[in-house]
Amino acid sequence: MQATNILILLFGFGALAFYLGRGRSLAIAAPLGGIRKLHSLPSYYGMHTAFWCALPSLILLALWMIFDEPVINSIVIGAAATDIAPSDTASYNLLLNKIGNLADGVLPRAGQSGSLIAAADHMIYLREISRWSLTLLALVFSAAGLFLGLSRIASGFRARPAVEKVMQNLLLACACLAIFTTLGIVLSVLFESIQFFRSVPVTDFVFGLDWSPQTAIREDQVGSSGSFGAVPLFVGTLLVSAVAMVVAVPIGLMSAIYLAEYASKRVRTVAKPALEVLAGIPTVVYGFFAALTVAPFLRDLGSSFGLTVSSESALAAGGVMGVMIIPFISSLADDVITAVPQSMRDGSLAMGATHSETVRRVVIPAALPGIVGGIMLAVSRAIGETMIVVMAAGMAAKLTANPLDSVTTVTVQIVTLLTGDQEFDSPKTLAAFALGLMLFIVTLLLNIFALHIVKKYREQYE
Amino acid sequence: MNKSVDNLSKIKRSLTRRNRAEARFQWYGRVAIFIGLAAVAVLFIDIIGKGHGAFQATYINLNVSYDQELLGIENLSDPEQLVMGNWDALPKLALREKFTDVSGRRDKRRLYGLLSNGAGFDLKDRLLANPQLLNTTESIWLLADDDIDTYYKSWLDGEAYAARLSDKQVVWIDQLHEQGLIHLQLNSNLFTRGDSREPEQAGIRGAVMGSLLTLVLTLMLSFPIGVSAAIYLEEFAPKNKWTDFIEVNINNLAAVPSIIFGLLGLAIFINFFHVPRSVPIVGGLVLTLMTLPTIIITSRAAIKSVPPSIREAALGMGASKFQMVLHHVLPLALPGMLTGAIIGMAQALGETAPLLMIGMVAFIVDIPGSFTDPATVLPVQIFLWADSPERAFIEKTSAAIMVLLTFLIIMNTSAVWLRKRLERRW
Repeated sequence: MQATNILILLFGFGALAFYLGRGRSLAIAAPLGGIRKLHSLPSYYGMHTAFWCALPSLILLALWMIFDEPVINSIVIGAAATDIAPSDTASYNLLLNKIGNLADGVLPRAGQSGSLIAAADHMIYLREISRWSLTLLALVFSAAGLFLGLSRIASGFRARPAVEKVMQNLLLACACLAIFTTLGIVLSVLFESIQFFRSVPVTDFVFGLDWSPQTAIREDQVGSSGSFGAVPLFVGTLLVSAVAMVVAVPIGLMSAIYLAEYASKRVRTVAKPALEVLAGIPTVVYGFFAALTVAPFLRDLGSSFGLTVSSESALAAGGVMGVMIIPFISSLADDVITAVPQSMRDGSLAMGATHSETVRRVVIPAALPGIVGGIMLAVSRAIGETMIVVMAAGMAAKLTANPLDSVTTVTVQIVTLLTGDQEFDSPKTLAAFALGLMLFIVTLLLNIFALHIVKKYREQYE
Repeated sequence: MNKSVDNLSKIKRSLTRRNRAEARFQWYGRVAIFIGLAAVAVLFIDIIGKGHGAFQATYINLNVSYDQELLGIENLSDPEQLVMGNWDALPKLALREKFTDVSGRRDKRRLYGLLSNGAGFDLKDRLLANPQLLNTTESIWLLADDDIDTYYKSWLDGEAYAARLSDKQVVWIDQLHEQGLIHLQLNSNLFTRGDSREPEQAGIRGAVMGSLLTLVLTLMLSFPIGVSAAIYLEEFAPKNKWTDFIEVNINNLAAVPSIIFGLLGLAIFINFFHVPRSVPIVGGLVLTLMTLPTIIITSRAAIKSVPPSIREAALGMGASKFQMVLHHVLPLALPGMLTGAIIGMAQALGETAPLLMIGMVAFIVDIPGSFTDPATVLPVQIFLWADSPERAFIEKTSAAIMVLLTFLIIMNTSAVWLRKRLERRW
């Protein structure tokens, strides 16, 4: 039976258990003088029974699905005939794939060696056993749970606290998913990165000036080694982000100041949501806009001034990214500016300062930590932004600070290295995870620092 | 006396300077807002200007005779014969009959190039739906090739783009136009077909279905989990280091670049758990993890906004803490949570980068029908089309963007409407 069928069956059993448990509690209560003689409401007895019936089997099912395949695979390989026994990890995976495909019937059996077919049959047999034993065990577990749950029902049994305890633990498990996600990210990028750093030293990766991540098809071909020096990528990322910040910071900040300090209520209610539209547009749309409208426009503009602008210039990608970040900066800055106490403005105005002088000399300095925190969050967004640079920035890793030239970024390289069919353990794919690790560390530090500043600043004026 | 007059005139002079600075400062603000709004306007005008044409397609009217011998088919209900049938011969013959003076291989090939190479299959579908048409002749509008489509549209707009056409083709189109045998009509292919290498046959149906399946899964997973986590953190969590740790994690996850979630999906779901690539399940899982922080944060805000007096009243009446939460706090916080869920879904709908990592970037012609069919999603389809060299795909891409933006606008306005309509002020 398929896992999904078992799942549906278990839910059906749970519902059945609920009715049985509730009915039993009612039956117990009736001779005693109605449900007020019970500790909890009848439905809690029902839920209690349902939990007993379904939860153990569900946990079993989940564990089974995780460990099922690896166990079967190792048994099959262990029992395989010596003539196909794998010598290293690569051939191990290849063999496993082949046997799996044979067992699934994807690969035709004709023309395969006898030991391979035997291994495939062995796999089919084990899978069948696993499926049936899972079904059987799940049914036994839920039947046993059902009887256990039913037998515990008595007039003095405290069903509600028991049910609530389980539910609270379920809620806790949901909350902990955030931790598991973080853990999953760290483990997945760290594990692959360590593998990568085994073949390429960390110092070569972090300080190397040459990025050309091809791997050899033949041993003796030109450039077969591939070099993984990530400095050009870091420089490219910084260049694009710097262009984005040059566009976004002044415009975002000035519009926040205007909206918070000068604009009438009517202008505010129209202009603020209109600016926020920019934040809701998907990045792939910005990428299309940058690649097909802004980049050709800048190239033509440049050539009319006698400048050579690359058609994948950092300027186009960064400029459009800046436009995307404007609402991010403006809404964060708006929050901190309106949080500055009115008494500080009143004091400055009473001394005869004009409004703009008040803003520049009093409000902005008071709001500066918050604004800096917001800008740092924006920088972390710019560094991690992917689609705009994938579509509008180049592929060639160049070490340049010229925004009219084409550069490549960390995120572009991750996408290029990982789309398409590569072997999973080639240094080329692993390099993407090492880049991901760098990206994660940098954005994490920026975020923690920025959130810390913003939080501290908020407490200051509250 | 003299000194104070001196001071006064000094102040007056400086005052004009300061007032000018004030006016300048205000103008900086106005210009900044204007630039922001202009960016919105330019973006929308550019996309609509490029994409509006894709909602119409060029069709050519020809007299097609469904000749049994030409097709090489005897029995319409025999699938083997249908596969072997020479369907391309039908439109080719119709074109040769229309332009009888064309001879020579190259010219003939150009002539056949007027029509989409899927025209034969369109005729097959039509014949199968109406078997009585066999051995009859009818006048029918057939889909033109994408280069013809681009040329005809640009020619109607007054700036003909004939770079990919031969002179003869231009002449033929002129003839057809004079006879009224070429025209634009609603491009239903765009909405009814999956992806294709031929721009004129490509549609967004597959991508829209893929997006729908992925989003349904994301919503089914992330909303219950997110709301549960928010309830725990707001109502049950003890104030300790562990709770602080969970909170820091959630806030950080909200700011982690989306591509990192793609790496997570690739390493954990695909390589470790062996979930198949390119299917809505794995896309939904990755997007769930990505949207969870958003949903948790907005749900917590919604729970926080329920006044403590409600909780105290429920507890005072003897409700348990769980009954208080489930019967009183949750219903009151639900509109705020739904708003958060819609915003999270809008974010997930527009997301591209993590899906590239987990193989949802494949070229998929079939329209996905279940969670385990290979699929792509609308933003990834946009990315794929934007990368295609054919000029006609620019128009298609813009049209797909218009569809995507329409969905997003509907979602976001409904979130705003829901908040205004259902949210209670205490």
